[in-house]
Amino acid sequence: MEFLTQIINGLSQGSIFALVALGYSMVYGITQLINFAHGDIIMVGAYATYVMLILAGTPLWAAILAAVLFCAIVGVVIEQVAYQRLLNKNAPHISLLITAIGVSMLLQNLFQLIFKSDAKSVSNVLPSFPVPIGPLEISSVTLITIATSVVIMILLQLLVKKTRIGKAMRATSEDAGAAKLMGVSSRNTIAFTFAVGSGLAAVGAVLYVGAYPSITPYMGSLLGLKAFVAAVLGGIGSIPGAMIGGLLIGVAESLTKAVGLSQITDAVVFGILILVLLVKPTGLLGKNIKEKV
Amino acid sequence: MAESEKKSVPVLEAENLSIVFGGLHAVDDVHFTLHENQIMGLIGPNGAGKTTVFNLLTGVYTPTTGQIKLDGKSILGKKTYQITKMGVARTFQNIRLFKDMSVLDNVRVAMNQKMNYSALAGILGLPSYWREEAAVEEKAMDLLRVFHLEGHAQDRAKNLPYGQQRKLEIARALAGDPKVLLLDEPAAGMNPTETAELMETIELIRSRFHVAILLIEHDMSFVMGICEHLVVLDYGRIIASGTPEEVRTNPKVITAYLGGE
Repeated sequence: MEFLTQIINGLSQGSIFALVALGYSMVYGITQLINFAHGDIIMVGAYATYVMLILAGTPLWAAILAAVLFCAIVGVVIEQVAYQRLLNKNAPHISLLITAIGVSMLLQNLFQLIFKSDAKSVSNVLPSFPVPIGPLEISSVTLITIATSVVIMILLQLLVKKTRIGKAMRATSEDAGAAKLMGVSSRNTIAFTFAVGSGLAAVGAVLYVGAYPSITPYMGSLLGLKAFVAAVLGGIGSIPGAMIGGLLIGVAESLTKAVGLSQITDAVVFGILILVLLVKPTGLLGKNIKEKV
Repeated sequence: MAESEKKSVPVLEAENLSIVFGGLHAVDDVHFTLHENQIMGLIGPNGAGKTTVFNLLTGVYTPTTGQIKLDGKSILGKKTYQITKMGVARTFQNIRLFKDMSVLDNVRVAMNQKMNYSALAGILGLPSYWREEAAVEEKAMDLLRVFHLEGHAQDRAKNLPYGQQRKLEIARALAGDPKVLLLDEPAAGMNPTETAELMETIELIRSRFHVAILLIEHDMSFVMGICEHLVVLDYGRIIASGTPEEVRTNPKVITAYLGGE
């Protein structure tokens, strides 16, 4: 029973990783950019929730909406200001990577300047009570997290598989040059991808704050890195891969804690990264990209 | 020359087109006029700058000097996707399909530009979404039927045999209702039977879609058999231009292809 409870907790934690990993993976799929500032978008979303819910006293739905919109806008602004020119000029990947790290530092320091570095408490974001399921007793927060993530991932699949912007995203990620020549604006597609990725991170932020109600300007670093590991594990660039990777990392963390090794959970997560890179660098669902000879 | 004057309506005009990469004049003072319903061939030895001309016409490169007009309007400085929307479509020398997407989706991507529903309407499945997607799907299937690909609509593009991948690329290029179709070595890698079939297909495309076609090809029997006008490039410059008959007997062309002193 204890084992099952831990699995469910892991899935809940993992679905937050998955929501964030999706942002890494979608942006990578389309631009080959590893957006290390993506983790900090979670932090931005958490503060947006804090401002709306605690400082402005709005209802939860308004706070969520505001966080999602704000993060989407921040994501697009970052893309337009920091990355667009580099992408247009086909800058080397290392320049993009360093820019992303710079953006990450900028966000952290900016929020430290505005909100100070002490932790802010955002308690009771989600209604919390035990829900009996058969012999188990699961927290409502855990269930809400899992359910929300499932719904959002289904919506994302519909968006990507069924709509024209989704087709534009898939086409751009397969061959940006050819997509342009089919009338797809890669600029709009990239901006849209950043908006969606950041919006997903904002949802992740609200769910995260629901489970861990203390926020700091640096909260995004570790969470972001773990989500990145999830994206690599699933196969970076792959949307279902990011979902599976996120859930696996969450369960791995939860089980490590369950066997009494809480202090090495981070080591386990990054150990998985090393293992993936050694054994199957393309990840579980990643494509094996062959260089043309 | 007299022949091209008969088909009087010019669709695509290139004037004094040049591009310099470093010190290399990849395309140097190239000019030609493609008329409505015309099939024109762009030929020349390897490295003559043929694909570069295509890249200039589609906005992948910006010419150093010169002018490109579509229907009399300059398309210079326009972005690639905008030029595509204005009516210039192309295929690629090395096939560039969206390999992991279905055959049908490959065609539908190229129709995106004609659709207007919002992303939200797509997620929520609003009527505008269903209406537009249904219309597009029908049109895409019609197009696949022209190329006998309708039975493979749900297959992944990468699983089609080579000849059919080439056809799918042409179908995808036609999906946006272009005025001008640029074909980059459409017969490359095809056997004689497939090439003969392709010639029929191209004739069919012209009559059915009323599109002017500019093609690059090395297969001389193909070029001579289908093109009404030829432009020959060598080292980025036009060395000859005229009917296939005129070009075939031009001594400069023979020298360029076979070498000379």
